[in-house]
Amino acid sequence: MRIDFTVNGRPQEADDVWEGESLLYVLRERLGLPGSKNACEQGECGSCTVRLDGVPVCACLVAAGQVQGRDVVTVEGLADFARQRSGGSPEVTGTGSRTGEGGALAPIQQAFLDAGAVQCGFCTPGLLVAADEMLERNPDPTDADIREALSGNLCRCTGYEKIMDAVRLAAARQSEEG
Amino acid sequence: MDFLRPASWEEALAAKAEHPAAVPIAGGTDVMVEINFDHRRPEHLMDLNRIGDLEEWEVGEDSVRLGASVPYSRIMEHLRTELPGLALAAHTVASPQIRNRGGVGGNLGTSSPAGDAHPALLAAGAEVEAESVRGSRRIPIDAFYTGVKRNALAPDELIRAVHIEKAGGPQQYSKVGTRNAMVIAVCAFGLALHPETRTVRTGIGSAAPTPVRARTAEEFLEAALEEGGFWDNGKIITPSLAGRFADLCAAACSPIDDVRGTAGYRRHAVGVMARRTLTWTWESYRGARRTTEGAA
Ligand SMILES: Cc1cc2nc3c(=O)[nH]c(=O)nc-3n(C[C@H](O)[C@H](O)[C@H](O)COP(=O)(O)OP(=O)(O)OC[C@H]3O[C@@H](n4cnc5c(N)ncnc54)[C@H](O)[C@@H]3O)c2cc1C
Ligand code: FES
Ligand code: FES
Repeated sequence: MRIDFTVNGRPQEADDVWEGESLLYVLRERLGLPGSKNACEQGECGSCTVRLDGVPVCACLVAAGQVQGRDVVTVEGLADFARQRSGGSPEVTGTGSRTGEGGALAPIQQAFLDAGAVQCGFCTPGLLVAADEMLERNPDPTDADIREALSGNLCRCTGYEKIMDAVRLAAARQSEEG
Repeated sequence: MDFLRPASWEEALAAKAEHPAAVPIAGGTDVMVEINFDHRRPEHLMDLNRIGDLEEWEVGEDSVRLGASVPYSRIMEHLRTELPGLALAAHTVASPQIRNRGGVGGNLGTSSPAGDAHPALLAAGAEVEAESVRGSRRIPIDAFYTGVKRNALAPDELIRAVHIEKAGGPQQYSKVGTRNAMVIAVCAFGLALHPETRTVRTGIGSAAPTPVRARTAEEFLEAALEEGGFWDNGKIITPSLAGRFADLCAAACSPIDDVRGTAGYRRHAVGVMARRTLTWTWESYRGARRTTEGAA
């Protein structure tokens, strides 16, 4: 079957999609967007987290056919998405839906780097998407809010402390600017 | 495999009548796991996401009509007052990502004894609105669960909504697992006090082949509360009364040993949760009584 939907602000079509295929597979294997990671394919790890019509979901549990006509944001589009949210214009240098390459980072991405919240990096894309969405909803989160929002994202490396630091840092920078 | 995309409820019913083995997919948080792991290869998958009505709810005089696909996150956010037990149960489901997709219709469709909506629905009192091209019917929640992962739906039926009684008193939900997020219940317990009818309802998860109520425990507690004039005098529930209630709840279980816990542990834990939730709900009932009396 064929699927038309929007990824990171750009219309995309995927052909010959198998009916039982997940959104995650379509993104990684058909659209060349490997940012969303595939670790468990059962909703347990959150490394495939994307936004579907704005809502954070596990891409591995969305059937490809369910995204027909809908809007998806992946980690590749996060910087652009954040820029537009804060009133900036979308970056024009990116190709296809791979807008993140070569451009500036989203504040949450910069905070993860600055706080040393990335080790092997496998969990990072999912955490970035989830954390970014939480800060959009809740600009001044408590530690409990952060833990709750990220409770569906597993990290096997960091022990989470640096991830907490990163999100606190992004929140602090956001409120300084706001 | 075929992917059906009905654009309306009527189209969905027609498709289900034509292909009774078609597997509906709402949030996909159960269905996609099975497909990803090759445990299921249905001939037809039927997407319900295009049917907007299924994601709506209506708060009526006595009950809430909850569309089958309303995600847990919405229930937590918008129906905490009307459906406190279900909102608490929803909060224990998996993670934000799963709660943004999964809902009560899917939980009922799967009918796992570990599904978190079930004890809350049993305790609150609910009816499942099932429909096919042959017509619509309301299945009382007590008659819905028929076996391990089996329910009363006919092959051509779909769940349109669940009608849940609005809380007339305090409700609680308690769940045992190895951590706070992302756990299938080792066992779970829901309790609802219904002061207007002076009744008490329970729901137990993961401690029998289906979700069950502890009816003997309910009857015991109702009689004891009535006899002692508790509803009117708002006295503290005595430890012996709570203990007896807990024992009867534990006795209502027929648990198994599995990787998540032993039968003995489950029975014990259900007793502990029964006692705790009774204390919490009763204290909250007494608190509310004092406030209304103070105001009068
Ligand atoms: C990582 C993870 C953790 C989980 N943790 C929990 C947990 O803590 N507690 C818990 O209770 N569950 C848990 N689940 C299971 C699942 O999220 C729930 O059962 C959820 O309620 C399913 O809803 P859904 O809309 O995603 O269902 P789907 O997967 O879309 O469907 C589930 C079943 O219901 C049927 N169905 C769906 N809608 C209808 C309808 N309208 N009419 C008839 N049949 C229908 C489907 O055909 C299918 O058989 C977890 C799942 C995952 C992946
Ligand atoms: S790959 Fe989707 S949650 Fe793990
Ligand atoms: S950095 Fe390796 S899993 Fe999180």
